[in-house]
Amino acid sequence: MSLLQIKDLSLSIHGIEILQRVNLTIAPGEIVAVTGESGSGKSMTALAVMQLLPAGSETTGSILLDGEEVLDLPEDRMCELRGAAVGMVFQEPMTALNPVKTIGDQVMETILIHRAMPRDKAEERAREVLARVGLPPERYPLGRYPHELSGGQRQRVVIAMAIALRPKLLIADEPTTALDVTTQAQILDLLKGLVREYGMGMLMITHDLAVVADMADHITVMRRGEVVEAARTRQLLTGMTHPYTKMLFAASEHQVSLPETVGQMPLLAVANVVRDYPLPRTSLFARPGQHRAVDHVSFTLHQGERLGLVGESGCGKSTLTRAILGLEPVQAGHILLDGQPVYSGNKANLAVRRKMQVVFQDPYGSFNPRHRVDRLVTEPFHLLENPPMGSERRDRIAEMLTAVGLSPDDSGKYIHEFSGGQRQRIAIARALIIRPQLILFDEAVSALDVSVRAQILDLLADLCASYDLTYLFISHDLSVVRTITDRVMVMQAGRIVEQGETEQVFSDPQHPYTEALIAAAPRLPRRRPMIAR
Amino acid sequence: MLRYSLKRAFSLAISLAVASLVIFAVIEIAPGDPASFMLGVNAQPDTLAALRTELGLDQSKAERYISWITGMLRGDFGTSYTYRTPVSQMIADRMWVSLPLALYALALSTAIAFPAGIYAASRRGKVGDLTVMSATQLGVAIPNFWFAMMLVLVFAINLRWFNAGGFAGWDKGLAAGLHSLTLPAIALALPQAAILARVMRSALLDILGEDFMRTARAKGLSRRQALWRHGLRNALIPVLTIIGLQFSFLLAGSIIIEQVFYLPGLGRLVFQAISARDLIVVESVVMLLVFAVITVNFLVDLAYAAVDPRLRSRT
Repeated sequence: MSLLQIKDLSLSIHGIEILQRVNLTIAPGEIVAVTGESGSGKSMTALAVMQLLPAGSETTGSILLDGEEVLDLPEDRMCELRGAAVGMVFQEPMTALNPVKTIGDQVMETILIHRAMPRDKAEERAREVLARVGLPPERYPLGRYPHELSGGQRQRVVIAMAIALRPKLLIADEPTTALDVTTQAQILDLLKGLVREYGMGMLMITHDLAVVADMADHITVMRRGEVVEAARTRQLLTGMTHPYTKMLFAASEHQVSLPETVGQMPLLAVANVVRDYPLPRTSLFARPGQHRAVDHVSFTLHQGERLGLVGESGCGKSTLTRAILGLEPVQAGHILLDGQPVYSGNKANLAVRRKMQVVFQDPYGSFNPRHRVDRLVTEPFHLLENPPMGSERRDRIAEMLTAVGLSPDDSGKYIHEFSGGQRQRIAIARALIIRPQLILFDEAVSALDVSVRAQILDLLADLCASYDLTYLFISHDLSVVRTITDRVMVMQAGRIVEQGETEQVFSDPQHPYTEALIAAAPRLPRRRPMIAR
Repeated sequence: MLRYSLKRAFSLAISLAVASLVIFAVIEIAPGDPASFMLGVNAQPDTLAALRTELGLDQSKAERYISWITGMLRGDFGTSYTYRTPVSQMIADRMWVSLPLALYALALSTAIAFPAGIYAASRRGKVGDLTVMSATQLGVAIPNFWFAMMLVLVFAINLRWFNAGGFAGWDKGLAAGLHSLTLPAIALALPQAAILARVMRSALLDILGEDFMRTARAKGLSRRQALWRHGLRNALIPVLTIIGLQFSFLLAGSIIIEQVFYLPGLGRLVFQAISARDLIVVESVVMLLVFAVITVNFLVDLAYAAVDPRLRSRT
């Protein structure tokens, strides 16, 4: 008998159709992955099983959980099931825990709220599960608070809470999306181990196809609230039939071909750069300590070169980016762009600043919502001494919007009228409009869906051909860096531990950290060539 | 936690020192010589000089500041220019009215605001929420002296449950004292309660949208359990800030209410002292109020740390 059976589930929120006739089954001990791009309804499917849907939701169809019809259950019976029969793990470990309660209290709460055992037993069980998820009580006592733990450790606590009562079904909604690759690999291993050990069924929601291919027994692909294809993992990987599935898989291993680089003139010279941050004082009169975020980093970026910078969160790549942009002073060493210092006399050197531009990660937060596109795109003009005016300005806007695949007519629109991918195109247009010699891409495609990401990568490759771009591409995503750069640097704990030709570094890593990073990144299995596309 | 408290205490001491300097300077700058004010316009120059010596007004500013501060540390606030009685005695008498009144009003305001705010937040957008919100809107808008007069009209004049004004004194027992402070406390508390309820509601609503509230629900907590166990303590941080500000206001800002109810409190004392150019009294009361405000803020800081473990470790 199946553990979870979703049949013809439809959902509308305030009259807007979210899910349409979704079908899905999970047997005990089975991992079923639901995948799709944003807006596909995969998270809503999970929340429907938990009956934690937002206000104004109406559901039809059937969700049978261990023989009980979830959609007909009263709220108090649902409370009994949540946490006991179904556990759930969420995406954001940094905010999924209550900051003012200890991890012990929060794990014990799952047990105590269901009155499953007396307090002393519950405490013992909390220690047990925390140890099981890799937080042994000798090193992580129950009295720890969430802020004393890293993201990966917090996710372990969330998992411990979800499995404390050994639920029959575990729902994991993008459990590793916010984590670094090495941590992601550990958490995925942990989840797999728990499913095997406890014989749980697991519903795994993820947008990452490589994770899906590695973990799941069964894959369901969703688009705009509908299931487009569902099959056993091996079957789906080798014989996918739906064009959307094919597109999704093709996009996630999308490769671009960069035009050959020309010239070897050094453009950006970073020499022995050190960036220290003062730590909070430990006592009133003691000197504050220092945290060295960037530790003697040196590299040269040549004209026309596409350089990648990879590393996990906290490795110092954002700090280095800010220093290159001249936003902050460095404590030692120097950064020269075209022979000129980027930071001089306590502020960014404007003469140099107009030679570089940056594209950030968040396509939603990096625009002023009250300005129209023409004003947004021309923002860098204030760096120029003689910014183009009148018809010349209009022509430049039209040229840039066309270059990034939008229409000149879009210049009168506001930013909320665009999708995430279109916004990132506008961000690129904004960076390009003053023809900078150097562009910094700071996780510029990390927030995008795979199909959109593939389009933006294509756009970058095209722009390299037509505008001879030189850029520094900062990302934690190894597969993207591999295709979009000529040379790559690997950063760990403030130092550059390895640098070289991108293909060389990826196929034959020299530093153990690079090796670990590449090994931890989940990869799609090679598809056999005989499969018809 | 200890280190955090010590650091807070240190900054408390600094604030007090700076505040005393500022108060002294401001009052010195204020026009009007207390000696000539006390003797009237027709005073003889030598009588005036004698009085100035007696009051210590002929000393240098630095000497007067030092003797004022050291005196206060010993509990000697000097002698009132107009009443010729020790200032410390005057303040102590008034304090026994003002402090209980402020605490009473604060207790009332919290007792009304917490349930109202929690109720409104848990029924967001529904009739209950709208009712509470309209009531608090009204509470914020109504001036408290008008509200005080209405209270007197209804409960003192028509129903005769309370006296219209005056203070019975504590020697007749706690009940009698509290009885005569009830109407003023209500008049002071209601507008504060309205503000506090709104802060409580919006703080809770912010918390309800947090990821950890969803986690709590996924563990099997009901909406109400999640609100009480996880929401409330997190919502308390902004609420504590407002409570701290309100206590300071209740202690010092009750001049009008004390006038309406004819209470011998600190507010009235300052008011009278200012009109009479009784600088020493003004200085002392203001310093005392500053002390109270800074101390309350210190306590609020400690309360933050008790509520939020992240503050405790960030030393």
